[in-house]
Amino acid sequence: MLQYDIVVIGGGPAGLAAAIAAKKNGVDSVLLIERDRELGGILQQCIHNGFGLHEFGEELTGPEYADRFIKELKELNIEYKLNTMVLDISENRYISAINTEDGFMTIKAKAIVLAMGCRERTRGAIKIPGARPAGIFTAGTAQRYINMEGYMVGKKAVILGSGDIGLIMARRLTLEGAEVKAVVELMPYSSGLTRNIVQCLDDFNIPLLLNHTVIDIEGKDRLKGVTIAKVDENRKPISGTEKYYECDTLLLSVGLIPENELSRSANVKIDPVTGGPIVNESMETSVKGIFACGNVVHVHDLVDYVTAESRRAGYNASKFVKGELYEEKDTIKTNPGEGIRYIVPHMVRVKNVEDSLELFMRVKDVYTNVKMRVKSGENIIKEMKKRHLAPGEMEKVKLNLKKIEGKLDDITVEIVKEGA
Amino acid sequence: MEKREMICIVCPVGCHIEVIEDKNDPSGYIVKGNKCKRGKEYGIKEVTNPTRIVTSTVKVNNAHLCRLPVKTNNPIPKEKISECMKEINKVEVNAPVEVGEVIIRNVLGTGVDVVATRDMC
Amino acid sequence: MYDVAIIGAGITGTFIARELSRYKLKVVLIEKDNDVANGSTKANSAIVHAGYDAKPGTNMAKFNAMGNPMFDKVCEELDVPFKRIGSFVVAFDDEDMKTVKQLYERGIKNGIPKMEIINKEQVKKLEPNLSDNVVGALYAKTAGIVGPWELAIALAENAVENGVELKLNNEVLNIEKLDDGYKIFITEGVIESKYVVNCAGVYADKINNMVAEPSFKIIPRRGEYYLLDKTAGDFVNKVIFQCPTKMGKGVLVAPTVHGNALIGPNAEDLDLNSKDSTETTSDGLNFVQESARRISDKIPFNEVIRTFAGLRAEPDTGDFIIGESETAKGFINVAGIKSPGLSASPAIAKHVVEIIEDLNDGFEEKEDFNPTRKKVIRFNELSDEEKNELIKKDPRYGRIICRCEHITEGEIVDAIHRKVGATTVDGVKKRVRPGSGRCQGGFCQPRVMEILARELGKDMEEILKDNRGSYILTGKTNKGYDNKSAKELIATSVEE
Repeated sequence: MLQYDIVVIGGGPAGLAAAIAAKKNGVDSVLLIERDRELGGILQQCIHNGFGLHEFGEELTGPEYADRFIKELKELNIEYKLNTMVLDISENRYISAINTEDGFMTIKAKAIVLAMGCRERTRGAIKIPGARPAGIFTAGTAQRYINMEGYMVGKKAVILGSGDIGLIMARRLTLEGAEVKAVVELMPYSSGLTRNIVQCLDDFNIPLLLNHTVIDIEGKDRLKGVTIAKVDENRKPISGTEKYYECDTLLLSVGLIPENELSRSANVKIDPVTGGPIVNESMETSVKGIFACGNVVHVHDLVDYVTAESRRAGYNASKFVKGELYEEKDTIKTNPGEGIRYIVPHMVRVKNVEDSLELFMRVKDVYTNVKMRVKSGENIIKEMKKRHLAPGEMEKVKLNLKKIEGKLDDITVEIVKEGA
Repeated sequence: MEKREMICIVCPVGCHIEVIEDKNDPSGYIVKGNKCKRGKEYGIKEVTNPTRIVTSTVKVNNAHLCRLPVKTNNPIPKEKISECMKEINKVEVNAPVEVGEVIIRNVLGTGVDVVATRDMC
Repeated sequence: MYDVAIIGAGITGTFIARELSRYKLKVVLIEKDNDVANGSTKANSAIVHAGYDAKPGTNMAKFNAMGNPMFDKVCEELDVPFKRIGSFVVAFDDEDMKTVKQLYERGIKNGIPKMEIINKEQVKKLEPNLSDNVVGALYAKTAGIVGPWELAIALAENAVENGVELKLNNEVLNIEKLDDGYKIFITEGVIESKYVVNCAGVYADKINNMVAEPSFKIIPRRGEYYLLDKTAGDFVNKVIFQCPTKMGKGVLVAPTVHGNALIGPNAEDLDLNSKDSTETTSDGLNFVQESARRISDKIPFNEVIRTFAGLRAEPDTGDFIIGESETAKGFINVAGIKSPGLSASPAIAKHVVEIIEDLNDGFEEKEDFNPTRKKVIRFNELSDEEKNELIKKDPRYGRIICRCEHITEGEIVDAIHRKVGATTVDGVKKRVRPGSGRCQGGFCQPRVMEILARELGKDMEEILKDNRGSYILTGKTNKGYDNKSAKELIATSVEE
């Protein structure tokens, strides 16, 4: 049986940052396990730029962003296994995994960092009726075919979902000679970044149909077309607004789901709202010694935030191994208040917060000119004016706990509308 | 051009701005709807010299993948995107390639290079 | 000249082919699609019914009762997943309880063993997730679940191993009567056969009418389903039916042999020209969801990973049509094999062999008939030690291709190289399940295509999803950017 102090599961941006942080904090025995044939995760197929503004102060492409961490990992001589699939994790931190060289292996870890990322929501999950021909892809799968394998997935496309991957793929398909007929969005707003709407759609004259959805799919063998309809305020298709779009490709960019099958096998408690583990200030899950970070915890909008969060997870995993994490009894909770969908971390052991506490959250709706209020119990401890808040963008609140007077109570974050 | 409407992409707020030609303004334009200074700069740039980074892939031989991701290492004029893609599509490289390696020097005489965005061996 | 030509490689066609392969006969199995089990066999409830449902005296009653006990042996021989988990017909009121009682009595008449009527407490004890409105149920212990397409594929493989010729991609275009048999015009030419067995599913009427007097119609009756993630696989432990109606057995909830949960079907009669209309509809899916809520309002519909629809071959005669055509000697119809067709299929096959045997004045058994097929390695079901040994022997079993179902490269390669091997992405999926999980092939489809291309010596672009025309890729990248509208926009953006 193999033994390591820390095993990181997943070699994408989260796993890379966590492994590096753990090693840098003095834990030498670190193993990173990656199921794909190379490190970098989904970043390797995100060949567009826009990554790294927070982390490096410059705009990098996905592979460039990954490359910096991969090189650092190698310079630090951190051990990693590629093409290796973790089959199971137990609560007492035994990992079973396989690859072609080692066969079936059991690995005992003092601490585990879960960094498996997320997967795409599929057609089945959103129940679009109609035929089931070839030519329907999740946006990420199409991105892999095009950017890594060098194959086109179609000639005329409709994209459902205006998240960033959908927008990026609209431009990518166009640049590779396909015609993107429309990007269709169920909600009244896009969940993608404005800059992507401008540079991926407006630049290429691709229409963005808000408040619309795909209601039927035609084509027995290969996709022939889709029917799009306008939806009402309850997101139900409005009869009479149907319009047929001839296309051979439908890309779905309809959401990401944290991949927590392994977390569940280790009995890690999952937050039904985020779809990821419930974590504390150290990114430790409900199972002692099992940490989690990145999109496996909650879906991030920027990889820079994944890196920051994962560094914290790796660092704290190393503290755990060294016996430096306080197992404080009285923890405080973070509560999503009015307008807030969720907050990560879910719990805070105040003693473990070294300088400031960072709360990541998503709002429920689009808000303009509102206040974001942070309360400890009933005391308002921070208020920030926000010109613009949208569900597509993650919000970060930094709290300097040392400056807060009195005993810290459960923290609530809420949106306060003007005049309230 | 007299007036153009656009969404500012400098920050997530996404102001809907109007750029209007105005000989009296030192910049030659007035910008409306922007909530900050950077919005004005963006608006004027978009009507005078809009530029974009282009990212794509080129064919690569002898590697574990058959496409190498590339980018223009600086923004190029927006109207040259199409020509730039044509240049990119002509290229075929052999591994090994290192990140940052120049794949096309001075593409279309823009002074901008197309460079590899990852190592490939 | 063949002795027997079987038209249609669904569950009945493959079963008959396999049963005929026991004898010294020249048998050909003709299929219009590029794989076996591509019609109703791949989209149904996957249930081996106990047999209380059909009216006593019908073919459905007879062959269901006979077929059910035959599953253990054939599934064992062919290494096909089959679980005898039992079924409930749940009742929500006194009226339903009357129906349950009738079904029980009918079951007795049909000769169905191991049935009992149980009360609410017994139901809730065995199925705690069911609605509190349940008042009782008919519990039939002999009901089971099976992998229908896996069974058909295994039967075809075993038949071919035993000498049956399989002609895929061959549609029957016409049939002509000869003095001593039939001339069958297929896509790739003409073949002759002494006997013809019509197992053409929803198209059985069309095939019959090529050579015999029209005597029945097959109505495509569509049923739509939800498939739930394995996380919901233990929502019920048994097949849960509601009381049957005129249109069928109603919406059911059942586990699958692979540990998912299946919910459906509705029943919608399509017109006779819609024999490949397997689209789902929002009305159909909504109906299924609403009906299933009667069984339990806790069904986790947020765990749906796929919706699909299948067509039942509904005969206008109301019963299975099995036997030699009165107007075409030696032409045997096996038509209208709707539910409980899967359950009845082993018995139907046996019966059809007897019919042909009678017509032929007997036939000789093969000494070397092999009733088993090479075991299928299911990596995920092996012990840790077995996994380790297997990877040492063949490293391809150490590479997981499908993350959701833990399917290895070794299993996929095996599925491709077996007799009646997979040639398409869905063909691989039907045999060894990559893409059947929660990501629905998002991660593994490129890898599966790569393996198919490599093993079959094809280019990636030639690999199909399912049937002919279902191409996945449309060429290579770096071919050019020629989007006119976009180009115009770019060109004018500065001049404005």
